[in-house]
Amino acid sequence: MTAVSVDAKGDRVFAIALALAGWVIKFIAVVLVIATFNFILVHAAPGDPAQVIAGQSGASDEKLLAQLRAEYGLDKPYPIQLATYLKRVVTLDLGYSYRQQRTVASLILERLPATLLLTATAFSLALLSGIILGTLAGVRAGKWSDTVLTVVSLLLYATPVFWLGLMLVLLFSVQLDWLPAFGYVTIGVPMTALQRMVDIGWHLILPAVSLAAVYLAIYTRLMRSSVLDVTHQDFIKTAKAKGLKQGRIIIRHILRNAMLPIVTVAGMQAGALVGGAVVIETVFAWPGLGRLIYDALLQRDYPVLLGVFLVMSVIVIALNLLTDAIYRVIDPRVSVRAAS
Amino acid sequence: MNRREFAKLLGLSATALSGIPLGVTRAVGQTKGGTLNTIIQPEPPILVTALNQQQPTLTLGGKIYESLLRYGADLKPLPGLAESWTVSPDGLVYTFKLFPGITFHDGKPLTSEDVVFSVTKVLVETHARARGTFLRIEKAEAPDPLTVVFTLKAPFAPFLNSFDCTTAPIVPKHIYDGTDFRKNPANAQAIGSGPFKLKEWVKGSHVHLVKHEGYYRKGEPHLDEIIYRVIPDGASRAVALEQGKVQLTQWTDVELFDVARLSKLPNVEMTTKGYEFFAPHFWLEFNLRVKPMDDKRFRQAVMFAVDRKALLQRVFFNLGKVATGPVSSKTRFYEKDVKQYDYSLDKAKALLDEMGLKPGADGKRVSIKFLVPPYGEIWQRSAEFFKQSLGRVGIDLQLENLDLAGWAERTSNWNYEITCNLLYQFGDPALGVSRSYITANIRKGILFSNIAGYSNPEVDRLFEEAAVATSDAKRQELYTAVQKIVVEEVPIAWMVEQDFPNFIDKRLKNVITTGIGVHETFGAVTLG
Repeated sequence: MTAVSVDAKGDRVFAIALALAGWVIKFIAVVLVIATFNFILVHAAPGDPAQVIAGQSGASDEKLLAQLRAEYGLDKPYPIQLATYLKRVVTLDLGYSYRQQRTVASLILERLPATLLLTATAFSLALLSGIILGTLAGVRAGKWSDTVLTVVSLLLYATPVFWLGLMLVLLFSVQLDWLPAFGYVTIGVPMTALQRMVDIGWHLILPAVSLAAVYLAIYTRLMRSSVLDVTHQDFIKTAKAKGLKQGRIIIRHILRNAMLPIVTVAGMQAGALVGGAVVIETVFAWPGLGRLIYDALLQRDYPVLLGVFLVMSVIVIALNLLTDAIYRVIDPRVSVRAAS
Repeated sequence: MNRREFAKLLGLSATALSGIPLGVTRAVGQTKGGTLNTIIQPEPPILVTALNQQQPTLTLGGKIYESLLRYGADLKPLPGLAESWTVSPDGLVYTFKLFPGITFHDGKPLTSEDVVFSVTKVLVETHARARGTFLRIEKAEAPDPLTVVFTLKAPFAPFLNSFDCTTAPIVPKHIYDGTDFRKNPANAQAIGSGPFKLKEWVKGSHVHLVKHEGYYRKGEPHLDEIIYRVIPDGASRAVALEQGKVQLTQWTDVELFDVARLSKLPNVEMTTKGYEFFAPHFWLEFNLRVKPMDDKRFRQAVMFAVDRKALLQRVFFNLGKVATGPVSSKTRFYEKDVKQYDYSLDKAKALLDEMGLKPGADGKRVSIKFLVPPYGEIWQRSAEFFKQSLGRVGIDLQLENLDLAGWAERTSNWNYEITCNLLYQFGDPALGVSRSYITANIRKGILFSNIAGYSNPEVDRLFEEAAVATSDAKRQELYTAVQKIVVEEVPIAWMVEQDFPNFIDKRLKNVITTGIGVHETFGAVTLG
């Protein structure tokens, strides 16, 4: 018996190791395919960085273009450029931006905190209030408070985010002068760490609220319909028949079951956390990753573009795994086997 | 209730926020010291003007890197790093005497060796525009630490117009000698000799410049620091100006449609001075290799069909002047007595009829693709204006939008029919004008060359002679002749001499003092 069980245990360890190895191979293959695809996509756009720099310099000649193209490695044939790039990907080297005279890794790391702070704040704000408001609207379906919530969320959903941002600036910065209109932190003033934190938080309010507004609308509407769905299920009737209190029914029975679609959508949107929010970052002069990507695209700064795309793909894959894990916590019916 | 009171009201951060001064950080009535907050957009890639000549790099780099001369609004040379200079009568030998006691930001002295090195080693290698001028140098000598002597291969009249901080920034030899200039790690520190040095650059946020203590001009700089903020959105930039968060804007910081509104602000002044050296010239660029643009009558018809006064008023909000020919009225050797193209649909139609371009059943004579350059609002509106104007005489423009890289690729490779463009004149027709018209400069793949493909031996000869003539009177005569010919042939349809608004806080003094305006060192700028 003992020998058999050891064998069985060994088999299971082996199976898990095999699955894990398979997963790692799959992961690497997916990343390489994505990297190749990114490379082709980025180079398919007309024009190159040398032309952009010349275009913005007001003067140009053959020598300048040749120098710039050599610097970017653009003087070599595409297959060689691609091979060089993939080799770098495998060795986890994101490359060097000649345009910015910095390594791509340092450029991304520099922008990532500001972006994560903004998007994570907006995301949590939207998710939390979306769930609460959606639930409220769902359980009061048909009443006036539901109508108000539904109309407001529809309006928010339809409002262009840059416009909302500008209106908030007009109100809270220009008219009332309560909040700073743009920037990440007050510049050129010595501050203690605590002052700096508060100051950043102060600058964060308007962009985070503007960005949250759209997501908030999505979550509210989704949560409302999900709650409505669950409310009509038999087990809720059972719970009511058992004489459970309304609050307990909502929290234990409705919410938990209504959360699944929200987690799915949130998981998908979490990828945008690293992508930043180009529009909001632009309106509020927030030094985030979204603007880095956008500028790099216009300037055809290939190393930066490819580097950011790669980092984002990896993070998105990781976030999808995390979403799977959360499913299992919320809904025990989703088994490890089924998810993997 | 203001921001700080609001913070107190919320019971938040009142203590944490106190001690963070908001706005200008200095006592009233002082003229020494202070912080100038301004805007830089788009954010420059690097700050070394010898290596990168994009507009924002030059604006910001003007504080860090200085050159031998400066130029007044009349484009006459003024002392820069050079205290005095002489030109030999044959126009071949230029001798500059430097101010004593000039130092780089790292404390090492700036000598004639650095000037010779910058001009003959660095700039001819890295600076496309400077290369054309400085390759004409036969030999460059530094007989003593304060004297530089350039001997030219042949006379080149605008040589003395090529020592502004955007064309000939002086870089330290001890840092760059024997290195790969573009890959030198010192580029991050941007060491020049200007009155301000780089303290900190937070990418995506701001560039912080502070006073260079060892600056050679006594008492300068007056300001303690300059902060260039990166504010990518036009509406946010307008708010920054309205709220006094920035005290100066330049170039396209303020969108043209906002200029009239912001000019009414009590705390700022608006001026369009300080762009005389650049004299940006906005025009329609034809591809003369494509029919019917190869016919002079068609191009003249376009000139007659566009109401350029209306263009200036409606699209440019009157910031500028109607252009009359290839040379800007701000540039030297401008000739106003040339053929005039007053707005006249009849003349335009007559010319088109004469060519045999008769309107079809739908009223259209010809359909032409128009490539819209991606430089912003003004360009899009101009394109729409052209479409409407030319539509009235039966020329159907089809607008095509591209981003900068795509536009540059298509235009420079002659893969377009009509587009528009904005070129600087750099103070002298030999530097900024002839390049668009001479046959020798038809170079595929190169922006700002003779892209239209215009070629006229007489024009070539006149431009060439004018560049090497040593007397101004002779040059004027040659340039007058060439302007008359070119305006008659219209290889390019000149539209507007565009002006750019500078909004300047009234407490700031001496901001725009020369023809290079906001590119100046700002050593003399005071706040008080």
